[in-house]
Amino acid sequence: MAIAPDGVVIVGGGPAGLAAAIELRRLGAGPVTVLEREREPGGIPRHSKHTGFGVRDLRRALSGPRYARRYAELAERAGVELVTETMVTGWEGERRLQLTGPGGRDSVEPAAVLLASGCRERPRSARLVPGSRPAGVMTTSTLQQLVYLHGQRVGRRAVVVGAEHVSFSAVATLAHGGASVAGLVTELPRHQTLGAFRVGAALRYRAHVWTRTRLAAIHGDRRVEEVELTDLDTGSTRSVACDLVVFTADWIPDSELAVVAGCELDPATRGPRADPALRTSLPGVFAAGNVLHPAEPADVAALGGRHAAAALAGHLRGEGGAWPSHVAVLARPPLRWVWPNLVSAGDGAPPRGRFLLRSGEFVRAPRVEVNQGGRTLWRGRLRRLVPGRSAHIPAEWTREVDPEAGPVSVETRPR
Amino acid sequence: MAGLEISREGPAPSGPFDVAIVGAGVVGAAIARDLALRGASCVLVEAAADVGAGTSKANTAILHTGFDAKPGTIEARLVRRGHELLGRYAGEVGIPAATTGALMVAWSPEQREALPGIAAAAAENGATDTRPVGVDELYEREPALGPGAHGALEIPREGIVCPFTATLALATEALAAGCRLALCARVLDVGQRERFELRTSRGPIGAEYLVNAAGVHSDELDALLGYDEFTITPRRGELIVFDKLARGLVNHILLPVPSARTKGVLVSPTVYGNVLLGPTAEDLRTKDDRSTTGDGLSSLLSDGARIVPRLTEHEVTATYVGLRAASEHRDYQLRVHPERGYACAGGIRSTGVSASMAIAEHVREGLAGAGLALSAAPAGTEVRMPNIGELAPRPYELPELIARDPDFGRVACFCERVTRGELEAAVRSAIPPRDLDGVRRRTRALMGRCQGFFCAAEVAAALAAARGDSIADVMAGRDDGDRA
Repeated sequence: MAIAPDGVVIVGGGPAGLAAAIELRRLGAGPVTVLEREREPGGIPRHSKHTGFGVRDLRRALSGPRYARRYAELAERAGVELVTETMVTGWEGERRLQLTGPGGRDSVEPAAVLLASGCRERPRSARLVPGSRPAGVMTTSTLQQLVYLHGQRVGRRAVVVGAEHVSFSAVATLAHGGASVAGLVTELPRHQTLGAFRVGAALRYRAHVWTRTRLAAIHGDRRVEEVELTDLDTGSTRSVACDLVVFTADWIPDSELAVVAGCELDPATRGPRADPALRTSLPGVFAAGNVLHPAEPADVAALGGRHAAAALAGHLRGEGGAWPSHVAVLARPPLRWVWPNLVSAGDGAPPRGRFLLRSGEFVRAPRVEVNQGGRTLWRGRLRRLVPGRSAHIPAEWTREVDPEAGPVSVETRPR
Repeated sequence: MAGLEISREGPAPSGPFDVAIVGAGVVGAAIARDLALRGASCVLVEAAADVGAGTSKANTAILHTGFDAKPGTIEARLVRRGHELLGRYAGEVGIPAATTGALMVAWSPEQREALPGIAAAAAENGATDTRPVGVDELYEREPALGPGAHGALEIPREGIVCPFTATLALATEALAAGCRLALCARVLDVGQRERFELRTSRGPIGAEYLVNAAGVHSDELDALLGYDEFTITPRRGELIVFDKLARGLVNHILLPVPSARTKGVLVSPTVYGNVLLGPTAEDLRTKDDRSTTGDGLSSLLSDGARIVPRLTEHEVTATYVGLRAASEHRDYQLRVHPERGYACAGGIRSTGVSASMAIAEHVREGLAGAGLALSAAPAGTEVRMPNIGELAPRPYELPELIARDPDFGRVACFCERVTRGELEAAVRSAIPPRDLDGVRRRTRALMGRCQGFFCAAEVAAALAAARGDSIADVMAGRDDGDRA
């Protein structure tokens, strides 16, 4: 594969990668190659059949597959080289990537790399759910692929682990695939989706939400037969018969390439750290999308890709000088992470002009402070924090950051 | 005849055979191979739908030297011999294996005092190359080791192996030498008049000689033959596999100093590039409980946090359970009854992969002594196993292979980098997989950190096409038995 010396390689052809590629072409950057390991570009939306994709980025509401196709068409039209079935397997030096595809083994060295490899749901094993290992345990993504891409019926009665937006989307997919839902299980005191979704799901699919409940074990010989649930308040346990368990949300970045490259990582997102211009800690390596902030909706990932393109184009033109030295932005509990999670003096605005916050707990009307070395750079009040959903704060405070004063911390204050 | 060697349904091949081997785990497969290569007509009889589906697939995947066996036992002798035989065989047929060496770490002055005695016992077992390692050298060689170690004993020839490929290679070669494989055939009863008559769930099988390699069920088969010499109390071992990104934390197999009851919890690299933590040890009353437990997993995690603290920063890729075929005796229950032509290879507690080929040699000599006619020199076969380890280039890294067949350049399972070419080869291999777990053991597909998020449907489609089933049936674990 030939890559021009001024070329850009984007790893991952989902919304973030394709949006970045299209924007780079629009900005008149050099040749852009997107490497996608799947057979079709488009990423996760390919098998998310519900509507609502594209509202923020394309100003229209599309189904996931149509949204994915739309981006692929726009990329083709913009002159992006879109290479599918090709996987980046490692690095040879700072910016040389090793690839494998049906054409063979190859390596390329572009002027800049954008990592847009997305995220995945944490599976049962990584959540350390004990019990036997029967068939019928899967993530939402596998469920959606089976139902929407392969037209399969997946089971009769499911327990869904999680009560976020995506969990209710799994409920809809299960209904489409012919399965009823015994209930959704969350250790949190409330579900985390919008009230309208919740009520809609309750009415339409009769899905019950068991709050403050832990999935304690999965039992079954060849096929799931029942799950054991523990009430976290009383400690009592009970069994629920089902033949399917769907693990939803609990997103984790597919960040192996960033790790192997030696990018600084955020211990909470587990993805590479990036600054408001979407630069990682490594010169010439940018990142965008849900590899950075697991997980935002597809259109937010796409807007991040578009945003990264501007800084990337500037970098290729030699603007901005040397790669900045960053300080980390850390979240203090109950906040889990904040993003962007690197800042330097003179940063511009992050994507959509905001920093995203995630909380591990429900908090009503929290006061939030951004502090660095005893100085408060920003303070304000948010309406609420909901686990699994982003709140946001403005970004002007980055002007006040002192590159010599150590990490910035974002914390809540008691009311 | 090609295509007739393996059956999963219909009447089992009834024979009469020279030898029936019950149990297609690593021990049964090694015995079948050894005998078939020397001209015996054999049938390998297995209750499960695949070979290596019991304890052989769920263990610590260590190629033991036998240094820590009880000197003078059959186990000590056969693990030592088996280490040599399997080590050589691995190279010949392409079983992923590596000699990483082990460090037995002392965590207290008392444990350090125990090391010279362990070294002396190791020397009795033929491991004369152990060496004490001081604290400074220990931390130099294992920088991620937790604080508080008092030194270690190095056992340089301990190694790691792929137990999946080991069993498959032995069984594949047995078949290449003419052995029949009767799967889904549970032995219900055994009689012996002129010859052994096995009554199985797939009908009768006759054989002149009988080998018991039935693992956790070896005591039941032994009892059917009228013996009452041992009882298997399966010992549950829970294990945790950590993400490949943790691989750099561990250079050797890190062993604890054993207690009277158990060898304890180890941390080991795997041939697939992960890190393994385990096993627990818990006696069970039933033989079919392969469940992990909350207590087991959390006790392992606290052990892991002590041995290699940074391990717990990494994601867990998989958890699993192995059932060791432990009996009340502290040795294998390996007996040949020449008058009846029966060999029992039971109670193979936790070193079965390492000892398998030596157990086969021992059983062969016993049956030959009992009159089984065998040729002196084994026949040669051309068995060569696909490489699923990280110790040699994988198919996705081989330009010549991809040039011959572009499907070897199409990665299907991204986490483990398994290509479509490998999936296709596996579903059409000499012993094809029956379920997704079988595909996993043959290719590593679905074994990685995403556990199928990206590729489960795709991998299931490849198996469904080969089986002539729906993807839903494959995903649901449904099999012929469910429809019958």
